[in-house]
Amino acid sequence: MAMHVELVSPERILYSGDAEMVICRTVGGGDIAFLAEHAPFLGALDDAIVRIRKTDGEWENAAVHYGFVHVRDNSVILLSDLAELESDIDFERARRDREELERHAMDTDDAAVEARLRRVHVRLQVQDLAGSRG
Amino acid sequence: MASGQERILRRRIRSVQSTKKITRAMELIAASRIVRAQQRVEAARPYAEQITEVIRQLAASGAGLDHPLLQPRDEINKVAFVAITADRGLAGAYNSSIIRTVERAVAEQRSRNVDYSLAVAGKKAESYFRWRGYDLMYAGTGFSEQPHYENARDLADSVIELYEQGEIDQVQLVYTRFLSMGTQRVTTRRLLPIETGAITERRDDEGLTAAYEFEPEPNEILEHLLPRYVEARVFSAMLEAAASEQAARQRAMRAATDNAEELIKNLSIDANKLRQAGITTEIMEIVGGAEALRQATHTPDHEAFREMEFQQS
Repeated sequence: MAMHVELVSPERILYSGDAEMVICRTVGGGDIAFLAEHAPFLGALDDAIVRIRKTDGEWENAAVHYGFVHVRDNSVILLSDLAELESDIDFERARRDREELERHAMDTDDAAVEARLRRVHVRLQVQDLAGSRG
Repeated sequence: MASGQERILRRRIRSVQSTKKITRAMELIAASRIVRAQQRVEAARPYAEQITEVIRQLAASGAGLDHPLLQPRDEINKVAFVAITADRGLAGAYNSSIIRTVERAVAEQRSRNVDYSLAVAGKKAESYFRWRGYDLMYAGTGFSEQPHYENARDLADSVIELYEQGEIDQVQLVYTRFLSMGTQRVTTRRLLPIETGAITERRDDEGLTAAYEFEPEPNEILEHLLPRYVEARVFSAMLEAAASEQAARQRAMRAATDNAEELIKNLSIDANKLRQAGITTEIMEIVGGAEALRQATHTPDHEAFREMEFQQS
């Protein structure tokens, strides 16, 4: 059983295709997985990973920094103003950013630095998933 | 001397010709960018539509429409105008139309003793309003041809913040809508409080609203969603404005090119006339000189002349 999945950013559709399952994290609700024919659902997404299991069994992972998920009529639509597919993430840079930000975070409690660090962590989690798959 | 004037004309023709080459190039560049700008408008549509759809569903499920961003205020003391213009000129009336519309709207508010503030995008609006001492609360520049979502978010968030603090009571968005290649129109829309009409209206084709599960509560989702909705509206306005800017520039540059062609034609005619006049004068001088010379050297040699006539006939 398959359903339709789209990951949509304000500038373009990042991913569109059929999938067996979508895993994402809602604000306050923790992880939730959607399978085909799920009941209508509306949720706010946390700053976390979204995993899409495609019909060929492969996973498409994305770092989604807040957004919304709308499930209806056997389709899952993920909206986010800041989302990156695995293939779009520069992991080299993410690691450098992490080092720099972690040093920075020691002597400041700037919320913006915290938020940036969080985003970097989510990006690197995507890489961990990619690594463990092989 | 005629040749001096002619040389000046020739020089002008050359200068107009090189200007024409530039305007022609700008026209072609603008034409190719319209297509790309239109594609970006299209690509941004799914997100905006989905965001609206989610709000509709939340509203239909009874999420609180008493959210501050949705509530019109009884007393309006200050109105903010978000004006979207270009960073560069050479686009005909594109920038001045927006600026004039905003100026008129500001004057209208002032005549009713309502204060105003401006949030502008584009160097043209910024320099115009700053120079004249208008109250500019936000100016974003350097992205008018290729706006990114961050640019819209920056502008929208600063406006939302002031609105939520009660600094401003209403926000109007002034931009140029791209209707088609040939038609773009200056449009004023209310940005805040959000117009609930479009959101809460129900489509005929949908029956009962499906029973949704929410995570977190509908009101909390709405809390996250409404600012994104405002950002998305500003973003799509910026994208449409970018396409309109290129279309306006293409038209302006085509008019300039046509104008240059006309000018070259007229100048060439003038130059050729002068050249012809110069040649005529020269011939007259030579003929006159030769005649004078002939008359001076051999005075009437009728015999020889008549002989020649005889031989010919």
